[in-house]
Amino acid sequence: MPSPRRCSGPEMDTSWATAAEIAAAVTSGKVSAVQVTQDALARIGERDPVLNAFTDVLAERALARAATIDKSRQKGPLAGVPFAVKNLFDVKGLSTRAGSKINRELPPATKDQPLIERLEAAGAVLIGALNMGEYAYDFTGENVHDGNAHNPHDVTRMTGGSSSGSGGSVAGGLVPLSLGSDTNGSIRVPASFCGLFGLKPTYGRLTRARSFPFVASLDHLGPLARSTRDLALAYDAMQGPDPEDPVCVDRPAEPVMPVLTRGVAGLRIAVAGGYFRKGAFPEACAALDRVAAALRVDAEIEIPDAASARAAAYVITASEGASLHLQRLRTRAADYDPAMRDRLIAGAMIPAPLVIAAQKFRRRYRGEVLKLFETVDAILAPATPCAAPAIGQQTFVLDGVALPVRPNIGIYTQPISFIGLPVAAVPVPLKPMPVAVQVIAAPWREDIALRIAHALEQAGVCVAPRPAI
Amino acid sequence: MSDHLDAYIDAAAQALGLTVKPEWKPAVRANLEATFRFAALVGEQELPDDAEPAPVFRA
Repeated sequence: MPSPRRCSGPEMDTSWATAAEIAAAVTSGKVSAVQVTQDALARIGERDPVLNAFTDVLAERALARAATIDKSRQKGPLAGVPFAVKNLFDVKGLSTRAGSKINRELPPATKDQPLIERLEAAGAVLIGALNMGEYAYDFTGENVHDGNAHNPHDVTRMTGGSSSGSGGSVAGGLVPLSLGSDTNGSIRVPASFCGLFGLKPTYGRLTRARSFPFVASLDHLGPLARSTRDLALAYDAMQGPDPEDPVCVDRPAEPVMPVLTRGVAGLRIAVAGGYFRKGAFPEACAALDRVAAALRVDAEIEIPDAASARAAAYVITASEGASLHLQRLRTRAADYDPAMRDRLIAGAMIPAPLVIAAQKFRRRYRGEVLKLFETVDAILAPATPCAAPAIGQQTFVLDGVALPVRPNIGIYTQPISFIGLPVAAVPVPLKPMPVAVQVIAAPWREDIALRIAHALEQAGVCVAPRPAI
Repeated sequence: MSDHLDAYIDAAAQALGLTVKPEWKPAVRANLEATFRFAALVGEQELPDDAEPAPVFRA
């Protein structure tokens, strides 16, 4: 951990400032980007030994970048905003470890992942790379190679994963903004357990070039933050086509900031019933009810075949993930987390017809769910079945059945990302632990999900709670 | 199911060039059982012969 120069007489307390507040202060000259960076580095030095959110801190690079911003006359919308990325993003000069032991042997990346480039072009300052579940096959935030990430609201509890450091770093006040990835829920789960706003955009919206993949047909990248405005600012800076990612659509940017405060009047919103009410712990139900009440939503809607959708996502994930790792499993099996290794080996043995059937079902399910959006603009559902479990907890009881924690945290996120729908995860500050709700919109309507999230934030219903650390 | 899957795991490991140590096998089997259960749930969905998989290749 670096020992950054301590700041003397800070002009602004940035310890819980939003990205928007920091950018405004840097742009107006109230505080320098170098000062903000030094403060962030100091907080990381103080708190990360407990939280274990960071795997790499880039003090020299960050301070140099901040100095450049201070000298520039044209400040971007994220001027001086410190951010960090899950360590599956390429960062120039670092091996892209993706939470693994094996990838540390890769040569250092020669370029930054494009979303880093886009955020830095908007004035943000990359501070470091973040802990994550090994190869992103994880919902807990536990990692045998780098140590477990710890939840800032209760360090005995999970951050959620696999974007564990992305959750812990922002909820712990180390940085106001982070990037994570979400294949089956890995942005929305840490947002829920750590009490943050998270955006999983539409599949294909944000480029995934130069990031270490997991399940190509399900992988998304996106931001986590403590405010909806920060999500929108970051999201707007990151949009746009990228020929380096064949999945990234050739679609012009559709900025959300101009419409963020438009409110929810006229929007048709319903709560997901059936599958999404089964198994939820009281806190997840309470959070959903609170959000629905604030939005005056009475309507309930059934997402058809959600259990099958979750099952199909599970099968595709196991198979595609195993395909990605097959050669490494042949030669380096002992270097994986045993739990990961055994899941991947099993995944390699799934007969192809079962995987293809899951992909055929996926298309039909997509058609059925898209029909729902002819009658509603957004659907509310729990993000996780419960608030953060204890680190190391192996089982919990869902719908009367004791089930392993690790694969079942994503029961409510998987049927949604399975067909690439955009989701804003919104945190409800319950005691003792927060838990989030998914605001789900039709493809390419991130604006609607974020408008609803912003209205909930403005109403004080959804807030990123500040931990007592 | 268990004996049946053990034989399947041995055969598949050999075909795929994977090593499954005896102490790994219970967890591999448990994961495989779970995946087959999920696949069976998907299999209950009736799909027409002309159903297209979600990813569509375009030349």
